[in-house]
Amino acid sequence: MDPLIIVGTGLGGYSLAREWRKIDANTPLLILTRDDGHYYSKPMLSGAYTGNKPPDAIALGDAAAMASQLKAEIRTRITVEELDTAAGCVRADGVLTAYSNVVLAVGADPIHVPVAGDAAELVMSVNDLADYANFRAAIATARHVTIIGAGLIGCEFANDLLSGGIASAVVDPAAYPLSRLLPAEAGAALAHAYAGFGVDWRFGRTVARVDREGTRLRVTLDGGEVLATDAVLSAIGLRPRTALAQAAGLDVSRGILVSRQLRTSSDRVYALGDCAEVDGLVLPYVAPIMQAARALASTLAGKPTDVAYPPMPVLVKTSRYPVVVAPPRPGVSGSWCIDRLEGGMRALYRAGDDRIEGFALLGSATAERQKLSRELPALLD
Amino acid sequence: MRRWYCLICGFIYDEALGLPEAGIAPGTRWEDVPEDWVCPDCGAPKSDFEMVEATD
Repeated sequence: MDPLIIVGTGLGGYSLAREWRKIDANTPLLILTRDDGHYYSKPMLSGAYTGNKPPDAIALGDAAAMASQLKAEIRTRITVEELDTAAGCVRADGVLTAYSNVVLAVGADPIHVPVAGDAAELVMSVNDLADYANFRAAIATARHVTIIGAGLIGCEFANDLLSGGIASAVVDPAAYPLSRLLPAEAGAALAHAYAGFGVDWRFGRTVARVDREGTRLRVTLDGGEVLATDAVLSAIGLRPRTALAQAAGLDVSRGILVSRQLRTSSDRVYALGDCAEVDGLVLPYVAPIMQAARALASTLAGKPTDVAYPPMPVLVKTSRYPVVVAPPRPGVSGSWCIDRLEGGMRALYRAGDDRIEGFALLGSATAERQKLSRELPALLD
Repeated sequence: MRRWYCLICGFIYDEALGLPEAGIAPGTRWEDVPEDWVCPDCGAPKSDFEMVEATD
């Protein structure tokens, strides 16, 4: 029997493999990955410095251990060049392999905005374990890091570095952090809290140049301000990897378009995780990936199952002033109602009929997360 | 008191803090966390959880 082929060994690929093996112990499983196949918890990458966790402490198993656990063949450092849906095979490093089903769990690329300067190539991003190893090496003796982007990953890194004793400046064109997730009042409260802890926010700015200056770096903002720093981390956002799917003729929009059963526009080809777009939703978070992995495992084992997304509030690991946010569904109109609390803030997004459609809880208000989550509508029923 | 990481999502269960919002009192040892508890971040059931003890 032809194997199930999974492309990718991130959380999506390995979670699917694990869930599927619980149901189907015997069908051959081939996993192809362009990296080294280590299994690790990606959210820990932006919270690992505090715990002084070197990269090898984050990896939970290497490819050999995972292959044994999953009864799989895992080919590492391999590039999947082509997906031939008509023939039902993939070509990886020149070798053709037929599949019974194939799952694309290829993830997303960090978005890079070009900057000028003689040290522009030193701007880093951390999107996988190897990136994290590079980043840790680069900041080994750093006193100050400049972070481009005040989104979830940028804020978590600022928090993590702060706890590790490294100062940071965070540059973002928006007026406040987490601007795509939070109402302005909540963003301002988060910014205020972290300004008090020493984060140097530079809102309404972008990075124009990064140049060498002696053993350090000089960052020039578009307003002309200059920052002396030791490393520059770009954390602007993610773009689903769709090239392989697109070349195979699959339907692609922002991500690889899949049905509620995670099936692409071609039979026997599925996608999940950061590369996939389910019902218009691209959600690069852990909880939706786990939901998708469970549903898809069941579908692949012969029991077609729609993925359901219950309310999935996202925890932002700004540990000194934590944030839990459940953004309203796209297209739902309503307004934010803000309550300031002792040590925190509760922001509820109320739709026209007064029901709660989303929330942002800060500081002490995060204790209400479970209670309020029960009042939220499901993202996908 | 120990801290445990969820290997799936990086959630940290700190025994000293417990999870009062989920009815788990501060000081509750990992062994005493109910078997039907699920990770608040990723929904992994405890039985399925691969928690590791934090070394720091």
